[in-house]
Amino acid sequence: MHTKTVAELSAGLQQGDFSSTELTQAYLARIKDKGDELNCFVTVTADQALLAAAAADQLRSDGKAGPLTGIPMAHKDIFCTKGVKTSCGSKMLDNFIAPYNASVVERLNEVGMVMLGKTNMDEFAMGSSNETSYYGSVKNPWDLKAVPGGSSGGSAVVVAAQIAPISTGTDTGGSIRQPAALCGITGLKPTYGRVSRYGMIAFASSLDQAGPMARSAEDAAMMLNAMAGFDVRDSTCVDKEVPDYTANLADSLQGLKIGIPKEFFGEGLDAGVADVVQAALKEYENLGAELVDISLPNSGLSVPTYYVVAPAECSSNLSRFDGVRFGYRCDNPVDLEDLYKRSRGEGFGPEVKRRIMIGAYALSAGYYDAYYLKAQKCRRLISDDFKKAYEKVDVIMGPTAPSTAFNIGEKSDDPVTMYLSDIYTIAVNLAGLPGMSIPAGLVDGRPVGLQIIGNYFEESRLLNVAHQFQQATDFHKNVPKAYK
Amino acid sequence: MEWEIVIGLEIHAQLATKSKIFSGASTAYGAAPNTQACAVDLGLPGVLPVLNKEVVRMAAKFGLAIGANVSRRSVFDRKNYFYPDLPKGYQISQLALPIVESGQLDIELEDGVTKTIGVTRAHLEEDAGKSLHEDYQGMTGVDLNRAGTPLLEIVSEPDMRSAKEAVAYMKKIHSLVTYLEICDGNMQEGSFRCDANVSVRPKGQEEFGTRTELKNINSFRFVERAINIEVERQIDIIESGGEIVQETRLYDSDKNETRSMRSKEEANDYRYFPDPDLLPVEITEEFLEAIKLTLPELPHEKKTRFVEQYGLKVEDAEVLTSTRAQAQYFEDVVGASSDAKLAANWVVGTLAGMLNKENTEISASPVSAKALGGLLNRIIDNTISGKIAKEVFEAMWQGEGSADDVIESRGLKQITDTGAIEVIIDEIIAANPDQVEQFRAGKEKVMGFFVGQVMKASKGKANPGQVNQLLKQKLS
Repeated sequence: MHTKTVAELSAGLQQGDFSSTELTQAYLARIKDKGDELNCFVTVTADQALLAAAAADQLRSDGKAGPLTGIPMAHKDIFCTKGVKTSCGSKMLDNFIAPYNASVVERLNEVGMVMLGKTNMDEFAMGSSNETSYYGSVKNPWDLKAVPGGSSGGSAVVVAAQIAPISTGTDTGGSIRQPAALCGITGLKPTYGRVSRYGMIAFASSLDQAGPMARSAEDAAMMLNAMAGFDVRDSTCVDKEVPDYTANLADSLQGLKIGIPKEFFGEGLDAGVADVVQAALKEYENLGAELVDISLPNSGLSVPTYYVVAPAECSSNLSRFDGVRFGYRCDNPVDLEDLYKRSRGEGFGPEVKRRIMIGAYALSAGYYDAYYLKAQKCRRLISDDFKKAYEKVDVIMGPTAPSTAFNIGEKSDDPVTMYLSDIYTIAVNLAGLPGMSIPAGLVDGRPVGLQIIGNYFEESRLLNVAHQFQQATDFHKNVPKAYK
Repeated sequence: MEWEIVIGLEIHAQLATKSKIFSGASTAYGAAPNTQACAVDLGLPGVLPVLNKEVVRMAAKFGLAIGANVSRRSVFDRKNYFYPDLPKGYQISQLALPIVESGQLDIELEDGVTKTIGVTRAHLEEDAGKSLHEDYQGMTGVDLNRAGTPLLEIVSEPDMRSAKEAVAYMKKIHSLVTYLEICDGNMQEGSFRCDANVSVRPKGQEEFGTRTELKNINSFRFVERAINIEVERQIDIIESGGEIVQETRLYDSDKNETRSMRSKEEANDYRYFPDPDLLPVEITEEFLEAIKLTLPELPHEKKTRFVEQYGLKVEDAEVLTSTRAQAQYFEDVVGASSDAKLAANWVVGTLAGMLNKENTEISASPVSAKALGGLLNRIIDNTISGKIAKEVFEAMWQGEGSADDVIESRGLKQITDTGAIEVIIDEIIAANPDQVEQFRAGKEKVMGFFVGQVMKASKGKANPGQVNQLLKQKLS
């Protein structure tokens, strides 16, 4: 059963080939079997999952089942789940049992999906390799020596290793797309404002966005249908009708204009990755699309802009973790200052501290204009580049990441090199655009992701473009040997 | 040397919304600790603020009332600092683009001169919770009921030149926000409080002196005392060769002194930046036009009308319009009795005295406006004299019923029967031949003695006008 896509599982449940309970038991067994070696879960919620599965089966026998009812899934441990530990990959929240459900969790519960557990992630979503998690590195199923990417590494791995059919991730600078690329799965970061951020622990509020991580574009479309939509509890959530994302999957790509930014194929891109991406683009030409050379001249500003904006927002967002009301509190504080300093000093890991410090610096009196304000201006320039490009093309394509998965420990001592692994994904967050990564092949046995970037709220088109590729190719069906 | 005092006030008016500025929790005062703090107020991981539209309406109303520019676009910023009663580690406020800018307000000084005070800006922000230092055995308790309560911070220009002016301005703002019904004005509960920026400079010098900020003063009396004591302190320091340190100071009302809280060097770097969780507040012309229609008659408008419509003295009109409730009460009395000047005298005189003595709000007065009007009618139609009316009023206050009930039950009806008054006068004249002699010899002052005797004999019920007239006839 574990080899099936969500679409196939949905059909199987519908036809009565198996029940949600059976399905859930099968996945729980697989988690037990394979989960530990990959270190992909922080919490497995077996009892709750079985209860939810039984409820889903009941819904089905009452004739109230939808396409996602009874389908098991995993949530990134950044989403608050009522009564369940919500750690955000941090010692700071190792003891935090969320008293409420995130909007995304609520919505997926409502359609009857079954949560198997909470996936491991970089601490507070800060990282590109899953090495910053308090719970240790997640392993890439394609090679246990390799990182899975980050920050939604656990969510990517559970799908890649087929120990959950689908999962949720969040993407602030590439945290859905980059691990999707490194693990060979399909990941979608929707337009900023498409999915409610309520209950999703904030890293950088103006960039964070939740999305599906799946085995196919079709599966991603199915779950996005349930995730997307207006939520009054998130003021940045856009009140815009949610289309049926599965409706246009089959549309032809004849005449599709694909922009190829020259900046995405320059120095720093691994040659093998470039070849795989070029081959994928060739495939799109075969499907009737037209490749158009474009330029995003301010791409070079993305990484520096991001590393001002994101840390600035995080330095403020993470202030609430102070040891006063919830989360980690140091032992025997002698006074208030000691409580703050030691709770935060002991509760946060080094990468989180680094970003808080960068952010606090960028916002401090006398530096605000030079850093934060300047970064906001650069952000505008980056958005304008895309705006101009979309006057000429329908989607933009390029590599998701400059290389395939690197080895655990390889970049962890060099933050700047690590930050560059998000060089192609970050601009999309800064502009608030939707972006996807789909499997495009392997280099030396490690997956390569093709990134597809759409115009605002054009998730339907992205999914259509991705689906057509997946109809014509089998790259998305590649599964690491040990997890077939 | 002669010193000039320079004062600017930052007034925090708690907006009278039912729920908080960014959450649905209640703002009601006095609940058990942490029973009115929801996930958003607690700053739990993942929660987001959602702006309560009512606060925008209220702030806009205030802006319109002071002739200010109500910004078509204002932005919420985060003010970052750590404190246990600040759950998120930042306060949501407005820095660069406040909702209200450049307004003004007239205050009346004691010498009758009107002075215009500039209002630099008014911005929306959330209140913090409270740290409770007692009853926790050396620890501190945190009550977050107040966290997220909406505040309008009203910042004046440094336009005031004495503590009295500062108080007059503060009272004026207080009157305005309660008129607008955007703040309950309750200073004991902290709904209306202020920080005062105080400095001194040699008279004639243009440059401002170094200022200190006096924090969280919650009564008109304390504002005056705090400023005066601070001014004294500053002048003493400068005159003995010292320098004022820019700092935040706390006023201790028990000791009547100010003391340092923190200096500029120790001040936080608040690392303000626009809150990415909230969209800019956009205000349309239609929205403003709709609010204009809901604006009540403002205190200064009402005052002018009272003078013109009722022929009141400016001072009386000023007092009567100081609160919306009092002005309404007055107009209700006029409605029930027709003599506006008499009504004004009673409302600012006898009634106000009684309310003050009994520490009662006018809205809770045991004598309603209509009942007082009924009493005044009995003065107007000569049923009772003004003096007897005071007795009737006190009885009404004690709950003895309407003016007519009291006059009836106590037998206070004025004697207007000429025959009955003549009988009394004849007796008095007969009993006081010496005084009659004196009067007839030209000592007209004795008239007062006779009036007094007659009134006394009639137990105050004789109509004084008639008594005067009849006495004159009989004595001449």
